[in-house]
Amino acid sequence: MSPLAQSHGAQFTRILSLGAARGDTVVSNDDIAEPIDSSDEWIRQRTGIIERRRSSDAEQAIDLAVRASNEAIDKAGIQPDRIGAVIVATISNAVQTPSLAALLADRVGATPAAAYDISAACAGYTYGIAQADALIRSGTANYVLVVGAEKLSDFVKPTDRSISFLLGDGAGAAIIGPSDTIGIGPTLWGSDGSKWDAVGMDRPLKEAFDDPDGGFPTLRQDGQTVFRWAVWEMAKVAKEALEKSGVSPEELTAFVPHQANMRIIDEFAKQLGLPESVLIARDIETTGNTSAASIPLAMHRLLEEHPDASGGLALQIGFGAGLVYGAQVVTLP
Amino acid sequence: MAHTTEEVLAGLAELINDETGISADQVSLEKSFTDDLDIDSISMMTIVVNAEEKFDVKIPDDEVKNLTTVGEAVEFITKAQA
Repeated sequence: MSPLAQSHGAQFTRILSLGAARGDTVVSNDDIAEPIDSSDEWIRQRTGIIERRRSSDAEQAIDLAVRASNEAIDKAGIQPDRIGAVIVATISNAVQTPSLAALLADRVGATPAAAYDISAACAGYTYGIAQADALIRSGTANYVLVVGAEKLSDFVKPTDRSISFLLGDGAGAAIIGPSDTIGIGPTLWGSDGSKWDAVGMDRPLKEAFDDPDGGFPTLRQDGQTVFRWAVWEMAKVAKEALEKSGVSPEELTAFVPHQANMRIIDEFAKQLGLPESVLIARDIETTGNTSAASIPLAMHRLLEEHPDASGGLALQIGFGAGLVYGAQVVTLP
Repeated sequence: MAHTTEEVLAGLAELINDETGISADQVSLEKSFTDDLDIDSISMMTIVVNAEEKFDVKIPDDEVKNLTTVGEAVEFITKAQA
Protein backbone atom coordinates (compact mmCIF):
# COMPACT_ATOMS: atom_id res chain seq x y z
CA MET A 1 0.00 0.00 0.00
CA SER A 2 1.64 3.25 -1.07
CA PRO A 3 1.87 6.00 1.55
CA LEU A 4 0.21 9.42 1.17
CA ALA A 5 2.48 12.05 -0.34
CA GLN A 6 3.40 14.86 2.06
CA SER A 7 3.75 18.48 0.95
CA HIS A 8 6.68 20.63 2.06
CA GLY A 9 7.15 24.30 1.50
CA ALA A 10 9.82 26.94 1.96
CA GLN A 11 11.80 26.79 5.17
CA PHE A 12 11.19 30.45 5.98
CA THR A 13 8.56 33.11 5.26
CA ARG A 14 8.34 36.88 5.45
CA ILE A 15 5.98 39.80 4.93
CA LEU A 16 6.87 40.96 1.41
CA SER A 17 4.71 44.07 1.33
CA LEU A 18 1.87 46.03 2.95
CA GLY A 19 -1.09 47.98 1.61
CA ALA A 20 -3.39 50.42 3.40
CA ALA A 21 -6.83 51.95 2.93
CA ARG A 22 -8.50 54.27 5.43
CA GLY A 23 -12.13 55.41 5.42
CA ASP A 24 -12.83 58.28 3.03
CA THR A 25 -14.19 60.65 5.72
CA VAL A 26 -12.32 62.39 8.53
CA VAL A 27 -14.48 62.37 11.67
CA SER A 28 -13.34 64.74 14.43
CA ASN A 29 -14.04 64.35 18.14
CA ASP A 30 -16.42 67.32 17.93
CA ASP A 31 -18.43 65.50 15.26
CA ILE A 32 -19.28 62.65 17.65
CA ALA A 33 -19.02 64.17 21.14
CA GLU A 34 -22.61 65.39 21.55
CA PRO A 35 -24.52 62.06 21.59
CA ILE A 36 -22.13 60.75 24.25
CA ASP A 37 -22.32 63.96 26.27
CA SER A 38 -18.58 64.46 25.95
CA SER A 39 -15.96 66.78 24.46
CA ASP A 40 -12.91 66.85 22.23
CA GLU A 41 -10.74 67.32 25.32
CA TRP A 42 -12.23 64.35 27.17
CA ILE A 43 -11.84 62.03 24.16
CA ARG A 44 -8.22 63.10 23.59
CA GLN A 45 -7.34 62.65 27.24
CA ARG A 46 -9.13 59.33 27.57
CA THR A 47 -8.01 57.73 24.27
CA GLY A 48 -5.32 59.82 22.57
CA ILE A 49 -7.55 60.13 19.50
CA ILE A 50 -7.59 63.50 17.72
CA GLU A 51 -9.70 62.29 14.78
CA ARG A 52 -10.67 59.02 13.17
CA ARG A 53 -11.36 57.85 9.59
CA ARG A 54 -14.73 56.42 8.69
CA SER A 55 -16.29 55.33 5.43
CA SER A 56 -19.23 57.04 3.81
CA ASP A 57 -22.06 55.00 2.29
CA ALA A 58 -20.04 54.95 -0.93
CA GLU A 59 -17.48 52.62 0.62
CA GLN A 60 -17.90 49.12 2.12
CA ALA A 61 -15.39 46.92 3.95
CA ILE A 62 -14.79 45.01 0.70
CA ASP A 63 -13.80 48.22 -1.11
CA LEU A 64 -11.28 49.07 1.60
CA ALA A 65 -9.95 45.51 1.38
CA VAL A 66 -9.57 45.68 -2.41
CA ARG A 67 -7.69 48.99 -2.29
CA ALA A 68 -5.28 47.81 0.41
CA SER A 69 -4.76 44.43 -1.29
CA ASN A 70 -3.99 45.92 -4.69
CA GLU A 71 -1.29 48.09 -3.15
CA ALA A 72 0.26 45.10 -1.33
CA ILE A 73 0.13 42.89 -4.45
CA ASP A 74 1.67 45.62 -6.57
CA LYS A 75 4.47 46.28 -4.08
CA ALA A 76 5.19 42.54 -3.69
CA GLY A 77 5.84 42.40 -7.44
CA ILE A 78 3.85 39.19 -7.92
CA GLN A 79 0.97 38.35 -10.24
CA PRO A 80 -2.22 37.97 -8.17
CA ASP A 81 -2.92 34.53 -9.64
CA ARG A 82 0.12 33.24 -7.69
CA ILE A 83 -1.73 33.85 -4.43
CA GLY A 84 -2.69 30.45 -2.97
CA ALA A 85 -4.87 31.67 -0.11
CA VAL A 86 -6.80 34.83 0.70
CA ILE A 87 -7.52 35.31 4.41
CA VAL A 88 -9.62 38.23 5.63
CA ALA A 89 -9.75 38.96 9.34
CA THR A 90 -12.96 40.90 9.92
CA ILE A 91 -16.07 41.40 12.01
CA SER A 92 -17.57 43.64 9.34
CA ASN A 93 -19.07 41.09 6.98
CA ALA A 94 -22.73 42.15 6.98
CA VAL A 95 -23.85 38.68 5.83
CA GLN A 96 -23.37 35.34 7.61
CA THR A 97 -22.11 33.88 4.34
CA PRO A 98 -20.37 34.02 1.85
CA SER A 99 -17.00 35.28 3.16
CA LEU A 100 -15.49 38.66 2.31
CA ALA A 101 -12.35 36.72 1.33
CA ALA A 102 -14.06 34.92 -1.57
CA LEU A 103 -15.26 38.23 -2.99
CA LEU A 104 -11.87 39.84 -2.42
CA ALA A 105 -10.07 36.97 -4.20
CA ASP A 106 -12.31 37.53 -7.21
CA ARG A 107 -11.85 41.30 -7.20
CA VAL A 108 -8.04 41.25 -7.02
CA GLY A 109 -7.56 38.46 -9.57
CA ALA A 110 -6.52 35.78 -7.09
CA THR A 111 -9.20 33.23 -8.07
CA PRO A 112 -9.03 30.19 -7.59
CA ALA A 113 -7.15 30.83 -4.32
CA ALA A 114 -8.55 29.29 -1.13
CA ALA A 115 -10.55 31.99 0.60
CA TYR A 116 -11.91 32.34 4.12
CA ASP A 117 -12.63 34.91 6.81
CA ILE A 118 -11.21 34.79 10.31
CA SER A 119 -13.36 35.92 13.22
CA ALA A 120 -10.78 36.81 15.86
CA ALA A 121 -11.63 40.46 16.41
CA CYS A 122 -8.58 42.65 16.99
CA ALA A 123 -6.25 39.62 17.04
CA GLY A 124 -7.51 38.58 13.60
CA TYR A 125 -4.59 39.92 11.56
CA THR A 126 -2.01 38.20 13.80
CA TYR A 127 -4.01 34.97 13.49
CA GLY A 128 -3.91 35.45 9.70
CA ILE A 129 -0.13 35.97 9.76
CA ALA A 130 0.27 32.80 11.88
CA GLN A 131 -1.78 30.86 9.34
CA ALA A 132 0.00 32.32 6.30
CA ASP A 133 3.36 31.38 7.81
CA ALA A 134 2.18 27.82 8.50
CA LEU A 135 0.49 27.39 5.09
CA ILE A 136 3.62 28.42 3.19
CA ARG A 137 6.04 26.37 5.27
CA SER A 138 3.84 23.29 4.86
CA GLY A 139 3.63 23.76 1.11
CA THR A 140 -0.12 24.40 1.16
CA ALA A 141 0.27 27.81 -0.47
CA ASN A 142 3.17 29.73 -1.98
CA TYR A 143 1.91 33.28 -1.46
CA VAL A 144 -0.82 34.32 0.95
CA LEU A 145 -2.81 37.56 1.06
CA VAL A 146 -3.73 38.43 4.67
CA VAL A 147 -6.09 41.35 5.16
CA GLY A 148 -7.66 43.01 8.18
CA ALA A 149 -10.73 44.86 6.84
CA GLU A 150 -13.34 46.66 8.90
CA LYS A 151 -16.25 49.04 8.46
CA LEU A 152 -16.94 49.26 12.19
CA SER A 153 -19.07 52.38 11.74
CA ASP A 154 -21.85 50.05 10.50
CA PHE A 155 -21.91 48.54 14.00
CA VAL A 156 -21.54 51.63 16.15
CA LYS A 157 -24.24 53.18 18.38
CA PRO A 158 -23.49 56.92 18.53
CA THR A 159 -24.77 57.14 22.14
CA ASP A 160 -22.59 54.30 23.44
CA ARG A 161 -20.02 55.66 25.89
CA SER A 162 -18.00 52.45 26.20
CA ILE A 163 -16.40 52.09 22.76
CA SER A 164 -18.17 53.91 19.90
CA PHE A 165 -15.96 57.01 19.90
CA LEU A 166 -12.80 54.89 19.53
CA LEU A 167 -13.77 53.15 16.34
CA GLY A 168 -12.75 53.78 12.75
CA ASP A 169 -12.92 52.12 9.31
CA GLY A 170 -10.04 50.80 7.27
CA ALA A 171 -8.17 47.87 5.78
CA GLY A 172 -4.55 46.76 5.95
CA ALA A 173 -3.17 44.05 3.67
CA ALA A 174 -0.01 41.97 3.64
CA ILE A 175 1.46 39.61 1.07
CA ILE A 176 3.34 36.81 2.79
CA GLY A 177 5.73 34.70 0.75
CA PRO A 178 8.72 32.36 0.92
CA SER A 179 12.02 33.75 2.15
CA ASP A 180 15.71 32.79 2.36
CA THR A 181 15.87 34.02 5.93
CA ILE A 182 13.45 33.97 8.89
CA GLY A 183 10.99 36.81 8.49
CA ILE A 184 8.21 35.66 10.80
CA GLY A 185 9.06 34.43 14.30
CA PRO A 186 7.08 31.91 16.38
CA THR A 187 3.47 32.87 17.00
CA LEU A 188 2.24 33.19 20.59
CA TRP A 189 -1.52 33.00 20.49
CA GLY A 190 -4.45 31.97 22.61
CA SER A 191 -7.79 32.80 24.21
CA ASP A 192 -9.59 33.43 27.47
CA GLY A 193 -13.23 32.64 26.94
CA SER A 194 -14.01 33.28 30.61
CA LYS A 195 -14.05 36.94 29.51
CA TRP A 196 -16.37 36.32 26.54
CA ASP A 197 -18.67 39.11 27.82
CA ALA A 198 -15.92 41.74 28.13
CA VAL A 199 -16.28 43.06 24.59
CA GLY A 200 -18.67 42.30 21.76
CA MET A 201 -22.16 43.10 20.53
CA ASP A 202 -24.94 44.54 22.65
CA ARG A 203 -27.29 41.73 21.56
CA PRO A 204 -27.54 38.69 19.27
CA LEU A 205 -28.86 39.01 15.68
CA LYS A 206 -32.13 37.20 16.45
CA GLU A 207 -32.99 39.54 19.31
CA ALA A 208 -32.38 42.55 17.09
CA PHE A 209 -34.42 40.98 14.28
CA ASP A 210 -37.36 40.28 16.60
CA ASP A 211 -37.28 43.81 18.01
CA PRO A 212 -40.01 45.87 16.26
CA ASP A 213 -38.19 49.08 17.22
CA GLY A 214 -35.24 47.99 15.07
CA GLY A 215 -31.73 48.31 16.41
CA PHE A 216 -29.02 46.44 14.54
CA PRO A 217 -26.56 44.87 17.02
CA THR A 218 -23.81 47.34 17.94
CA LEU A 219 -20.41 47.14 19.63
CA ARG A 220 -19.85 47.66 23.37
CA GLN A 221 -17.21 46.80 25.92
CA ASP A 222 -16.48 46.62 29.62
CA GLY A 223 -13.58 49.07 29.33
CA GLN A 224 -11.95 48.46 32.71
CA THR A 225 -11.80 44.66 32.29
CA VAL A 226 -10.43 45.05 28.77
CA PHE A 227 -7.85 47.64 29.87
CA ARG A 228 -6.48 45.52 32.67
CA TRP A 229 -6.27 42.39 30.48
CA ALA A 230 -4.86 44.27 27.48
CA VAL A 231 -2.03 45.80 29.49
CA TRP A 232 -0.97 43.37 32.18
CA GLU A 233 -1.90 40.02 30.65
CA MET A 234 -0.82 40.99 27.14
CA ALA A 235 2.52 42.32 28.46
CA LYS A 236 3.23 38.75 29.59
CA VAL A 237 2.34 37.43 26.11
CA ALA A 238 4.54 40.05 24.45
CA LYS A 239 7.51 39.14 26.66
CA GLU A 240 7.01 35.47 25.85
CA ALA A 241 6.85 36.22 22.10
CA LEU A 242 10.16 38.06 22.38
CA GLU A 243 11.74 35.19 24.36
CA LYS A 244 10.55 32.54 21.90
CA SER A 245 11.97 34.56 19.00
CA GLY A 246 15.26 35.02 20.82
CA VAL A 247 14.88 38.81 20.53
CA SER A 248 15.43 41.28 23.38
CA PRO A 249 13.51 44.59 23.60
CA GLU A 250 16.75 46.43 22.74
CA GLU A 251 16.97 44.57 19.41
CA LEU A 252 13.54 45.74 18.28
CA THR A 253 13.21 48.48 15.69
CA ALA A 254 9.48 48.86 16.30
CA PHE A 255 6.57 47.92 18.55
CA VAL A 256 3.24 47.66 16.70
CA PRO A 257 0.43 46.81 19.10
CA HIS A 258 -3.23 46.72 18.16
CA GLN A 259 -4.32 50.35 18.21
CA ALA A 260 -6.96 49.90 20.88
CA ASN A 261 -6.45 53.09 22.90
CA MET A 262 -3.39 55.32 23.33
CA ARG A 263 -3.56 54.80 27.11
CA ILE A 264 -3.22 51.03 26.56
CA ILE A 265 -0.29 51.54 24.17
CA ASP A 266 1.49 53.85 26.63
CA GLU A 267 1.02 51.62 29.67
CA PHE A 268 1.88 48.50 27.62
CA ALA A 269 5.16 50.04 26.39
CA LYS A 270 5.97 50.98 30.00
CA GLN A 271 5.32 47.40 31.20
CA LEU A 272 7.61 46.05 28.45
CA GLY A 273 10.39 48.43 29.41
CA LEU A 274 11.02 49.37 25.77
CA PRO A 275 14.12 51.53 25.26
CA GLU A 276 13.69 55.01 23.74
CA SER A 277 15.17 53.73 20.47
CA VAL A 278 12.13 51.52 19.72
CA LEU A 279 9.59 53.17 17.42
CA ILE A 280 6.06 52.80 18.81
CA ALA A 281 3.15 52.76 16.37
CA ARG A 282 0.52 55.34 17.34
CA ASP A 283 -1.68 55.41 14.24
CA ILE A 284 -4.81 55.44 16.44
CA GLU A 285 -4.25 59.17 16.89
CA THR A 286 -5.73 60.00 13.47
CA THR A 287 -7.17 56.67 12.30
CA GLY A 288 -9.03 55.41 15.38
CA ASN A 289 -9.33 51.79 16.49
CA THR A 290 -9.96 49.72 13.34
CA SER A 291 -9.94 46.29 15.00
CA ALA A 292 -8.33 43.69 12.67
CA ALA A 293 -7.06 46.41 10.32
CA SER A 294 -5.21 48.33 13.01
CA ILE A 295 -1.87 46.49 13.05
CA PRO A 296 -1.20 46.44 9.27
CA LEU A 297 -2.40 50.06 8.98
CA ALA A 298 -0.12 51.12 11.86
CA MET A 299 2.86 49.22 10.44
CA HIS A 300 2.26 50.69 6.96
CA ARG A 301 2.22 54.22 8.41
CA LEU A 302 5.30 53.58 10.56
CA LEU A 303 7.24 52.52 7.44
CA GLU A 304 6.01 55.56 5.47
CA GLU A 305 7.27 57.82 8.25
CA HIS A 306 10.48 55.83 8.90
CA PRO A 307 11.49 54.10 5.64
CA ASP A 308 14.88 53.20 7.11
CA ALA A 309 13.07 50.92 9.60
CA SER A 310 12.58 48.46 6.74
CA GLY A 311 14.41 45.20 7.43
CA GLY A 312 14.36 45.78 11.19
CA LEU A 313 12.47 43.66 13.72
CA ALA A 314 8.98 44.53 14.92
CA LEU A 315 6.90 43.00 17.69
CA GLN A 316 3.25 42.97 16.65
CA ILE A 317 0.50 41.97 19.09
CA GLY A 318 -3.26 41.85 18.59
CA PHE A 319 -5.82 41.33 21.35
CA GLY A 320 -9.57 41.65 21.48
CA ALA A 321 -13.04 40.18 21.73
CA GLY A 322 -13.07 36.54 22.71
CA LEU A 323 -10.97 37.37 24.49
CA VAL A 324 -8.27 36.31 22.04
CA TYR A 325 -4.70 37.36 21.31
CA GLY A 326 -1.83 36.73 18.93
CA ALA A 327 1.75 37.99 18.74
CA GLN A 328 4.80 37.56 16.51
CA VAL A 329 8.14 39.20 15.97
CA VAL A 330 8.45 39.92 12.23
CA THR A 331 10.93 41.51 9.88
CA LEU A 332 9.55 44.82 8.63
CA PRO A 333 9.00 44.70 4.86
CA MET B 1 2.57 41.64 56.83
CA ALA B 2 -0.87 43.19 57.19
CA HIS B 3 -1.05 46.99 56.99
CA THR B 4 -3.24 49.13 59.22
CA THR B 5 -5.99 51.28 57.75
CA GLU B 6 -3.76 54.34 58.08
CA GLU B 7 -0.91 52.60 56.27
CA VAL B 8 -3.24 51.47 53.48
CA LEU B 9 -4.54 55.02 53.05
CA ALA B 10 -1.00 56.41 52.92
CA GLY B 11 0.09 53.71 50.47
CA LEU B 12 -2.95 54.26 48.28
CA ALA B 13 -2.36 58.04 48.28
CA GLU B 14 1.19 57.38 47.08
CA LEU B 15 -0.08 55.20 44.21
CA ILE B 16 -2.66 57.85 43.28
CA ASN B 17 0.06 60.47 43.27
CA ASP B 18 2.32 58.32 41.06
CA GLU B 19 -0.45 57.78 38.52
CA THR B 20 -2.18 61.17 38.50
CA GLY B 21 0.04 63.72 40.26
CA ILE B 22 -2.72 64.42 42.82
CA SER B 23 -1.01 65.27 46.14
CA ALA B 24 -1.42 62.91 49.08
CA ASP B 25 -3.12 65.47 51.30
CA GLN B 26 -6.03 65.59 48.83
CA VAL B 27 -6.66 61.87 49.24
CA SER B 28 -9.05 61.54 52.19
CA LEU B 29 -11.50 58.74 52.95
CA GLU B 30 -14.73 60.49 51.93
CA LYS B 31 -13.46 61.57 48.51
CA SER B 32 -15.01 60.00 45.42
CA PHE B 33 -12.44 58.88 42.83
CA THR B 34 -14.39 60.18 39.84
CA ASP B 35 -16.36 63.15 41.20
CA ASP B 36 -13.92 64.63 43.71
CA LEU B 37 -10.49 63.48 42.50
CA ASP B 38 -11.35 63.41 38.77
CA ILE B 39 -9.63 60.04 38.28
CA ASP B 40 -10.91 58.32 35.14
CA SER B 41 -11.68 54.61 34.93
CA ILE B 42 -8.45 53.81 33.08
CA SER B 43 -6.23 55.47 35.69
CA MET B 44 -8.37 53.72 38.32
CA MET B 45 -7.43 50.31 36.87
CA THR B 46 -3.71 51.18 36.90
CA ILE B 47 -4.02 52.23 40.55
CA VAL B 48 -5.93 49.00 41.34
CA VAL B 49 -3.28 46.78 39.70
CA ASN B 50 -0.49 48.62 41.53
CA ALA B 51 -2.43 48.34 44.81
CA GLU B 52 -2.76 44.57 44.32
CA GLU B 53 1.01 44.35 44.08
CA LYS B 54 1.76 46.80 46.90
CA PHE B 55 -0.62 45.24 49.43
CA ASP B 56 -0.48 41.65 48.11
CA VAL B 57 -4.26 41.40 47.65
CA LYS B 58 -6.60 40.56 44.79
CA ILE B 59 -9.12 43.15 43.61
CA PRO B 60 -11.34 41.47 40.97
CA ASP B 61 -12.70 43.53 38.04
CA ASP B 62 -16.31 43.37 39.22
CA GLU B 63 -15.26 44.56 42.70
CA VAL B 64 -13.60 47.68 41.26
CA LYS B 65 -17.00 49.11 40.30
CA ASN B 66 -18.02 49.06 43.99
CA LEU B 67 -15.00 51.07 45.11
CA THR B 68 -16.32 54.54 44.40
CA THR B 69 -14.66 56.37 47.32
CA VAL B 70 -11.16 56.28 48.81
CA GLY B 71 -12.67 54.97 52.04
CA GLU B 72 -14.33 52.01 50.28
CA ALA B 73 -11.03 51.11 48.62
CA VAL B 74 -9.09 51.37 51.88
CA GLU B 75 -11.68 49.21 53.67
CA PHE B 76 -11.63 46.57 50.93
CA ILE B 77 -7.83 46.37 50.84
CA THR B 78 -7.49 46.28 54.63
CA LYS B 79 -10.02 43.41 54.89
CA ALA B 80 -8.56 41.53 51.90
CA GLN B 81 -5.21 41.27 53.66
CA ALA B 82 -6.67 39.10 56.43
